[in-house]
Amino acid sequence: MQPDRPPAAPNRTLLEVRGLTMDFGGIKALDHFDLRIREGEIAALIGPNGAGKTTFFNCLTGMYAPTAGDMLFFLPGRKTVRLNGLKPNKVTEQGLARTFQNIRLFPNMTVLENVMIGRHCRTRARVLGAVFRDPRTRREEREIVRRSYEIIEKIGLADQVNEFARNLPYGAQRRLEIARALATDPVLLLLDEPAAGMNPRETRMLDELICRIRDEGLSILLIEHDMKLVMSLSDHIFVMDYGKKIAEGPPPEVRRNPQVIRAYLGEDIVHDHA
Amino acid sequence: MARKRTIMIFLRDVRGALLISLWFMFLTFPIMVIKVNPIERTVVWRWDNMAYVGLLSFLLYLAGRQYLKYRERRLESSRRQSMEEKTKRFLRRLSENPVPAYTLMAVAGVFALSFPFVFSTYQTNIMITALMYVVLGLGLNIVVGVAGLLDLGYVAFYAVGAYSYALLNLHFGVGFWFALPIGALLGMTFGILLGFPVLRLRGDYLAIVTLGFGEIIRLILENWNEFSKGPSGISNIPRPGLFGLEMPLETAITYLYFLMIGLVLFTVFVVRRLQDSRIGRAWYALREDEIACQAMGIDKTRTKLTAFALGATWAGMAGVIFAAKTTFINPASFTFLESAIILCIVVLGGMGSIVGVILAALILILLPEYLRAFSDYRMLVFGAVLVLMMVFRPQGLIGHRRRTYTIKPDAGRSGNAA
Repeated sequence: MQPDRPPAAPNRTLLEVRGLTMDFGGIKALDHFDLRIREGEIAALIGPNGAGKTTFFNCLTGMYAPTAGDMLFFLPGRKTVRLNGLKPNKVTEQGLARTFQNIRLFPNMTVLENVMIGRHCRTRARVLGAVFRDPRTRREEREIVRRSYEIIEKIGLADQVNEFARNLPYGAQRRLEIARALATDPVLLLLDEPAAGMNPRETRMLDELICRIRDEGLSILLIEHDMKLVMSLSDHIFVMDYGKKIAEGPPPEVRRNPQVIRAYLGEDIVHDHA
Repeated sequence: MARKRTIMIFLRDVRGALLISLWFMFLTFPIMVIKVNPIERTVVWRWDNMAYVGLLSFLLYLAGRQYLKYRERRLESSRRQSMEEKTKRFLRRLSENPVPAYTLMAVAGVFALSFPFVFSTYQTNIMITALMYVVLGLGLNIVVGVAGLLDLGYVAFYAVGAYSYALLNLHFGVGFWFALPIGALLGMTFGILLGFPVLRLRGDYLAIVTLGFGEIIRLILENWNEFSKGPSGISNIPRPGLFGLEMPLETAITYLYFLMIGLVLFTVFVVRRLQDSRIGRAWYALREDEIACQAMGIDKTRTKLTAFALGATWAGMAGVIFAAKTTFINPASFTFLESAIILCIVVLGGMGSIVGVILAALILILLPEYLRAFSDYRMLVFGAVLVLMMVFRPQGLIGHRRRTYTIKPDAGRSGNAA
């Protein structure tokens, strides 16, 4: 999204997670989990409920401190960042933005303001600037509104800029969350079940939107249960169960993987089919 | 069938009203019925008062029930026509068509400017107090209303401001105008000091810690005699000066009044600009959802600290003025009740709404003063007003409105149409 960023080079690693372990007092929500995301790809993380997908997101974005392992972020043209131990806002500053499984918008703020919050970490006005409104602050403020509006237009909510976020229909709220994340100028976008609860039409719109975002040079990692969406969108799929990675690969390969089928459907069915 | 049901519901209401009136007769028994005459050592039993209380609460309850039902019916039948929509539309009309708004402001301005010349010194004095609470309310509004951090010890910063002027004046002869910024700075420092330990807390826990902090400051002032002269307080604090001019008391009060008007305007100006800035938006976001706020790249620590520090700054300034106004301070002026009243102002006015807070401060401070005629019952009335407000208008006198932006389609530039 930043114009000055070098073009995405396929096959260059953007994020590498090694041996990530999250121990909740005896329960291993993540158990030596590995993952690698390449630049410009759409990766999906799937697995049964409770497999540790959201825990992984929370570790990655600094909400939880993982017990062990490394999370390395290779920024194009910049120094490699180790994400372990960074506060959530610092992670976002590095260029990882996320959405939430259960929508967490700012309900009593308008659509535009929600997106403007996303610009916070890319702007600098302080208290004195806010009170005196010097030219620099005013320019910055105009820029925030302009950029936010641009993103809202792209996401298709331009008619509702001044509407309270809580008054939006469900699908629009999900898209607004993506818009808010985009406003932070991310390199990697983390979507936690973006299609949950959407009707087929909304899902189709989401599909298009994610593709468009990818085409602009962003990399995307999504958690999703809608298999149709996952299979059609992703370049690479990671499958988790009980905090472990049980399979990975391009969609057709994963679909045929017996371990994946077992995790999803249970032992008996696999035996019946075999 | 329907008729029978209406009668049934009505009978249930009557039963409720009876219970309520019994309860009220019991509650008000000590103050309404028993009257002790300590000189003649007699007790007068005013049973007729009990009947009045019973009858009145019975009727009020019934009327209230009918009103609630009426409102519910109206809400159901036409959501769009509800009272809220109407006030919203009225406010929108006001902002779209600025003439009545400007007229209102002009009237308020003329009234404010001519007040000390039209009314007595006593009235002006009351007004100064009310204006002080306006400033305090606006300051706390930053912390509670905007950033959503429930602070029950706000009065501590007020005390810091007042004592910083009193002590600096006592020991070093520092004048009012020099003490004002120092009081503000000290208030800010204490705000940050309180901010650090409570950064991880929210909601009830935060409220308890701030409450404790307020009490600690008061207890220190009360018990550390060498430092603050203890409960006997500090007297002979000079009123604000004007280039060393000697002023008669009446002029001094008028002067203080205009000083307060100035401070109120300054506060409104600053708070408005802050609310409308990057910082203000971060505060609102923090109030709405702390986790999402952090995930969007907002530094929670810094944002909270700024809110605490700025809120406390205004309390510090108000404290300096308080010391200068009363010329005598002691710890008894900084009890929890003060914090509670300031909090009431913010909640009653409408969290985050500047006009609402100003109105609420004026009402809450002036009402008890002018209700002195009913001196026995004024706190009772005051309490009843608070309860009724929270039942019928929980969002406060004036609910906070978000700023709206108009975006010109050509360049995507923005203008303000709030």
